[in-house]
Parts: sequence; structure tokens; C-alpha cells
Amino acid sequence: MTQGRELSDSKQPRRAEGSSPRIGLDMRATTHEVAIDIIGLNKWFGSFHVLREIDLKVMRGQRIVICGPSGGGKSTLLRCINRIEDWQRGRVFVDGTELTEDLKSIDEVRGEVGMVFQHFNLFPHLTVLENCTLAPTWVRRMPKNHAEEIARHYLRRVRIPEQADKYPAQLSGGQQQRVAIARALCMQPKIMLFDEPTSALDPEMVKEVLDTMVGLALDGMTMVVVSHEMGFARQVANRMVLMDAGQIIEANEPEAFFNRPQHERTKQFLSQILR
Amino acid sequence: MPVASQQSYIRRALLEPEPPPVASGDVLALTRARLFGGVFNTALTLLGAVIVVALVWPTVKFLFIDAVWTGSSRLDCLPQTLGREVGACWPFIGAKFSQFMYGFYPASEQWRVDLTYALGAVLLVPLLIPSAPGKALNAVVFFGVFPVVAFFLLIGDAFGLPHVETRVWGGLLVTLVISFTGIIFSLPLGVLLALGRRSEFPVVRTACVIFIEFWRGVPLITVLFFATYMLPFFLPSDWRIDGLARVLVGVVLFAAAYMAEVVRGGLQAIPRGQFEGAMALGLGYWRMMALVILPQALRLVIPGIVNSFIALFKDTTLVLIVAIFDLLGQLRAAFADPSWATPVTLFTGFAFAGAIYFVGSFGMSRYALFVERRLNTGRLR
Repeated sequence: MTQGRELSDSKQPRRAEGSSPRIGLDMRATTHEVAIDIIGLNKWFGSFHVLREIDLKVMRGQRIVICGPSGGGKSTLLRCINRIEDWQRGRVFVDGTELTEDLKSIDEVRGEVGMVFQHFNLFPHLTVLENCTLAPTWVRRMPKNHAEEIARHYLRRVRIPEQADKYPAQLSGGQQQRVAIARALCMQPKIMLFDEPTSALDPEMVKEVLDTMVGLALDGMTMVVVSHEMGFARQVANRMVLMDAGQIIEANEPEAFFNRPQHERTKQFLSQILR
Repeated sequence: MPVASQQSYIRRALLEPEPPPVASGDVLALTRARLFGGVFNTALTLLGAVIVVALVWPTVKFLFIDAVWTGSSRLDCLPQTLGREVGACWPFIGAKFSQFMYGFYPASEQWRVDLTYALGAVLLVPLLIPSAPGKALNAVVFFGVFPVVAFFLLIGDAFGLPHVETRVWGGLLVTLVISFTGIIFSLPLGVLLALGRRSEFPVVRTACVIFIEFWRGVPLITVLFFATYMLPFFLPSDWRIDGLARVLVGVVLFAAAYMAEVVRGGLQAIPRGQFEGAMALGLGYWRMMALVILPQALRLVIPGIVNSFIALFKDTTLVLIVAIFDLLGQLRAAFADPSWATPVTLFTGFAFAGAIYFVGSFGMSRYALFVERRLNTGRLR
């Protein structure tokens, strides 16, 4: 189970983020500023060791797609980045701020990091517009009309401005997920986390959500995406990570990751999902 | 055209939606078929009708047909005087009405009670009507300012009003004061206790569990008795807490413990994702609870909350055992008056009190139903 250790991300020499010929996005959007730095992260659920010695660095503008079998710790890792989950050992820095027990540091980081969930987690008692303005008005202390202006801007951007006054239950899954993306963007985050954003959607709705995410990537948003949408990963990612059994098995640039996987587990996983 | 399973099938034109077919047969025929279809159904229907008539007819007869509407003493309600069967003796209620409403609140000061009721009604009615404007301000005035104004208005010793001891308060006034205080304090306190019971801090959690379990574990009568007769022994002798105030505190804490469990049920029904969604947006604990979790949780438990309110409204009658005369207490005191002693006084009095409690409880229940329906429109498919 632990044979993947030697391939753990930190041990890899960090390559210059070159562009891959097949990929349409400009890979040089990546800078040398560190957006997220995870060092020696360990987490246990009870006695279950769910994250084992995770080392991961995300540069500003970088788009990382994490894939792997379920139960491998992908979502848990993602949720440590804005400390929705806490951990027992290791350090996490987001945008230069270390996440500690200190509530102030947590609030600071959560303001900078937007998150999109598998099940949308929209607030059902609020309209689409209210979902989007809630945090800006209460956390950012933005005047209501300013917050609504921003919300309408992002709702236009995810192409559902006409749904602003509806309640989430009146929208389709794809529309709800796009609202969730708009809601996160309304806080104008520097980093966006996506936790399997399309896996609860009907097949016909996956594309509209992925298109929105591609649009974000084109704008240079720093993104960490847990997803099994390999087409999306090939198009958008400039780094792929495979996680299994709570550890990083293989991390590489997409071209190498998909075409020349090194680790047995990666080969096996890719052969299962790319048929 | 049926599609044979062997052939390929391609739809040529999409079907347009049609309105649903109108329910066939008239309602009357359907009802008749259900009520009188067969011997057994007919027998059940007749039995039901007999039971209803047997219950309703004597009630109507007692309350209205045989009732005495005017009179000035017991003699007007005696069968011997009237020479007929006598139903409710309404003059008794009329004669004692002031007591039932105000207890022994001085007659010259009773306008203060009326003014308090009027203020409360003026503030409460727009609060209950969804389309009335200025809900936030209205709520602040009703829950924040009104209780203070009502306190000074009823007690006196301020605005140049003479002092009226709570000992002389009684009747519906006491019932409403206890219920209102219980309702407006038990809900917020219950919410805090429910949150505390789910807290991740063991000290907070344990304290809340002990509090809730203690108050739920003792009967209200014990609480009232303890507050009234035992508490003074434990307090310094120059600490004189008003009798009614002690009862109020007891009732509030008791009701809050029940409310806490109702609210906790609602909190548990909220999916984890709602907490995570709120946290990920950077809402702190209190904002998350106030803006995201509680609005949903409380909505889910409206029936339970109203249930507690109704129970509280009726439980106020227990204060009788600590010599505080609420509506029912005044009623029982009035029964002792020999000048109104008739065979029907007791029934008349209880019918009157029952009607008042019913109007209050049923009103709360219907309003809650209305709120529930309104909140659900358009939100949940």
C-alpha cells in the first residue's frame, strides 16, 4: 500500500511549467509565487490514517487536478486547504498565511479560497441572488447594492443571470452548480477548490459546468480540482496528481501523466477510467 | 399504434401536454357511495352521526338554548325560580368578568392593562401579517421595547403611575404575562441550549446537557413550588424577589429546556453540506448559525415549537398551586362566592375558560400552519 512513497510530490524535482502541445491553455500563466504549500500533512479519522505525509505545492495560476479511487483522501486533502477538516500533523500555508487553530487565520484563508462542492451546498432558504450576496455582505461588509452588482456580474458570467430571483430547488443540477461557482466567485477569491463538481450531475449537465470551469482557468484562476473528468483535466490542468490510500502516488505534468505513467497504480487507474 | 417489440420505432411528432382529465362523477354521488355503500358502511355512518348528535346537541342546548343571558344573582339561574331546565348561567361570567380579566388589579388602574393589551396587539398584528412593512423594526420594538414598556405600565412606579403589586394581578392578565414571557424568552434560550448541546467544547456541551436534563426531569409543579417556597430559604433574607417574577423565571427555564430539544431536532436534520458551504464562504460560527442553519432548522420544527408554546400556554394554569391566580385560579375563586352558587356555575365557568384557552391555542396552531405553508411555497418542490 505504501509503495508510492518514493514518488511523493515533494521528492520530484519541480519542473518548469512548460506548455504541452495538445493543450489549448497558456501554461505560462503559472508564476513562481506559491499559492498553497502543504508540508508533511497527516490526518486520521479515528484510527484510520486518511492522509499520509502529503507534500504539495500549488503555484499562483496553477491548475491542479487530483484524481484517484474513492476513499483515497482526495476530498479530505482539498478540505484541509480551507480547514473545513483539521489535521493532526503537518503544516498548510495558503497565500502565505499558515492555517492554525487560530480562528482569525482560518477566516482569513476562507475569504481567499472559494470552494465548490459535489452536492452544491446551496442554501435552500435563500434565492440565488441571496446565496451570492450572503457572504460578501456579512463577511466582507459590502453594501447590499454593491454586493448585488457583483453577484449579478458573476451570474452573467456563469450564464444564468435570469435565475437570480429563483430558489435553488427550482433550478436544474447544472444550474445549481453554476450558482455555487458564482457564489464562491462573489467573494473574489484568489484560489478556487472544486470537490468533484460534476459527479452528482446528469450527464447532459456536466458540460455546462465544465465550460464554466474552463472559462475560469482561462482567466488565470488558481484551481485545485478533484475530478474524474479526464477530458477536462487534459484540457485545463497543468499538473496532475493521483492519490490513493491517503498518499500522493504520482504527480506530473498532464502530458507525461497520461502518456507515460510511471507508477503501477497510476497505470492501472488510468486504464480503468480511460477505456 | 402499438409498437411491436421486434420493429424499430421512431417518433414522428412529439406529443403536446394535455390538461388532466376532470374528475368524473359529482361529489355528492361519490360521498354517498363512500358513506352508504353497503350495510357495514351505512351502519358506521349512522353510528358516527349518533355520536356527533349525542355530543353536540347537549352542548348547544346547555350553552345557548337553555342558557340564562340576563340576571343579577344566583336566583336568576336557579331552576326553581325559572321553572325550567337551566343551562349556562352567563350573568355569573358577566358579574365576575373584571376578576377573570384583571384579578384584583385596582379598577381605577385597569386601563393600564387594557393599554398594554392594545399596544401588544398593535405591535403583534403587523408582525404576523407577512406583507406588512418594516418587519425588522417591528420585531425589535415588539420583542425588545414592548416588554419593558409593559413591565413599567403594569407594575407602575414610573411615568407617575401608582405601584400595583403583582400579588393583586390575576385572571387572564397573569395567564398572558406568564405565557408571553415564557414564549419570548424560552425560544432564544432554547436555541442557545440546543447549540450548546451540539458544541464541540466539552464544558459547554456538558453544562447544556445537565441543564436540559435537569429541567426536563422535574415536574413544573415542583419547579414552581421550589421557586416560591424553598428559594427564599437559600437567599439572603433581605433579598426579596417578587413572587410572580420567581414563577416567571421557573417557567422560562422549564420551557427553554423543552424548546432546546425541539430545536436540536431541527439542527440535526440540516445536512453537513450546509455547515460546510457556510464555513467555506468564511461565515464564522454565529453568522453561519444565524444566517444559514437556524433559519432552516427552525422552519423544520415549527410544529414542535408551536406545540411547546401551546403546552406552555395551558401549563400556566399550574401556578394556581403557588397561590397565583391566573384565569383558571380566578375562576375557581369565583366558584366559592355563595351569591353565585348554582348547580350550573361550575360548568358555565369552565366552559368560559375552556373557550378562552381554545381560542388562544387554536389560533396559534392555525397561524403556525399558515406560516409553514407560506415558507414552503416555491422553496421545496
